[in-house]
Amino acid sequence: MLTDLLGFPPQVLFGQLLLGLINGAFYAVLSLGLAVIFGLLNIVNFAHGALYMLGAFAALAAAKWLGISYWGALIIAPIVVGAFGIVIERLLLRRLAGVDHLYGLLLTFGLALVIEGTFVKLFGSSGMPYSTPASLQGGVNLGFMFLPWYRGWVVVASLAVCLATWLLFERTKIGAYLRAGTENPKLLQAFGVNVPLLTTLAYGYGVALAAFAGVLAAPITQVNPLMGSNLIIVVFAVVVIGGMGSIVGAVVTGLAMGVIEGLTKVFWPEASATVIFVVMAIVLVLRPAGLFGKAS
Amino acid sequence: MNTDTLENHDIGGQHVSEHIEELRIQDLHAFYGESHALHGIDMTVNQGELVTLLGRNGSGRTTTLRAIMGLIGHRTGSIVLKGEEIIKSAPHTIAHMGVGYCPEERGIFASLNVEENLMLPPNVAPGGMSVEELYEMFPNLAERRKSQGTRLSGGEQQMLAMARILRTGANVLLLDEITEGLAPVINDKLAEVLIQLKTRGYTIILVEQNFRFAAPLADRHFIMDHGHIAATIHKDDLESSQHIFDEYLSV
Repeated sequence: MLTDLLGFPPQVLFGQLLLGLINGAFYAVLSLGLAVIFGLLNIVNFAHGALYMLGAFAALAAAKWLGISYWGALIIAPIVVGAFGIVIERLLLRRLAGVDHLYGLLLTFGLALVIEGTFVKLFGSSGMPYSTPASLQGGVNLGFMFLPWYRGWVVVASLAVCLATWLLFERTKIGAYLRAGTENPKLLQAFGVNVPLLTTLAYGYGVALAAFAGVLAAPITQVNPLMGSNLIIVVFAVVVIGGMGSIVGAVVTGLAMGVIEGLTKVFWPEASATVIFVVMAIVLVLRPAGLFGKAS
Repeated sequence: MNTDTLENHDIGGQHVSEHIEELRIQDLHAFYGESHALHGIDMTVNQGELVTLLGRNGSGRTTTLRAIMGLIGHRTGSIVLKGEEIIKSAPHTIAHMGVGYCPEERGIFASLNVEENLMLPPNVAPGGMSVEELYEMFPNLAERRKSQGTRLSGGEQQMLAMARILRTGANVLLLDEITEGLAPVINDKLAEVLIQLKTRGYTIILVEQNFRFAAPLADRHFIMDHGHIAATIHKDDLESSQHIFDEYLSV
């Protein structure tokens, strides 16, 4: 049964495929948050990586000081960090409405540096462990590979959150407001919808998604202040490939890029760090608006 | 001194007085950045009246509607709607006072289908028309309710833009160039709808280019020129005022 596939032992192939799927799940949730934010605020949220890191730290702090379990943190961290995002939007981002995109980029990039710098100062740049919840320790041998329960859970939880977000956007009244607000916020407001409030909530939701991903990542990667800055570069490439502001594009591209990256690790390990950027370059040449984006 | 409320504003028709002020604009100035677009507009519109804003392109008609709606950041002067000062109000607050806005470019949302477009604006006052009533008024929309909003023809998009504000209960309608670029048969339909709305007691401000369309419908015409109201003409004085129309409207 365990014949080699294309000259590679199946354990290696499926192992990398799973890793790719997990990375893809993180790319999907993070780029989904970026898409929600870009849609309504027209801001490329460079603070996203830092907010993802805050999610992981919130889980760590909650466990350490309040004795809150992983499952509690999965709910509480997104709420707390999302609330922090709402404060950022109200105090800072709101003032950039109507000015050049560049200011939003500079502000959020600066915020990321400040947040990450503060955490490096306070906690150092080495990682801190966050333990896998007891109920998800261990795993199952599928015959062709070993599947750790936690890794499987990460994929399932990410997909569930993406699906819920898609349903929110496509099947609810709030979703119709969000779609309309992405297209023509002024007209939507002239119809009586409180668009400034909607915008604040959209930012809070996008940030909460980042924090959720941060909590999911905490048991896998070490929790460290720079965990987001490494990931976010790839996530931006994913957003560019999928098309700015496209919900479906963010999710599908995120997963696909994770898998492509994983497979590249099997077949051509040296290229695995750059393959996503190569795909980005090709997509930009062929479809500048991204695979799922609408040309403006 | 206007104390009438939405509750006693009888959209059903019979009891609308011509002398209750719905909207009073005084010394309204509006600015787009550095550019001064309205130079002190004064006008009043009574409840149940249909008035037009006529004038050449760039005379300030659309800007006036946008200023009433709160869509222009920098405006000064006074806009009193149903007895309440709204010069500093946000657009969504103004909408909830019973104002429906139909923008020049129609503003149909591409990411929403016909029914979603129709259901999008929140209810702003009781007494809006039901979806069934609207589909009866605009049968084309009923047939295409699952189509993407921007796949409709221009005429259908215009009907959708009208229908969606009639659903909300708004009884003051700001309509910007609703006939622009549409076939005569569609314009006839729109004229028919406006007459129907007028008999139901709606207050309507119509920005028009097409004088032939507007003339038989309106109670009064405000002629705009360079951000001013250059003349106000009552429907009974159309013939005697022909020279004014010629002066301000002819190209």
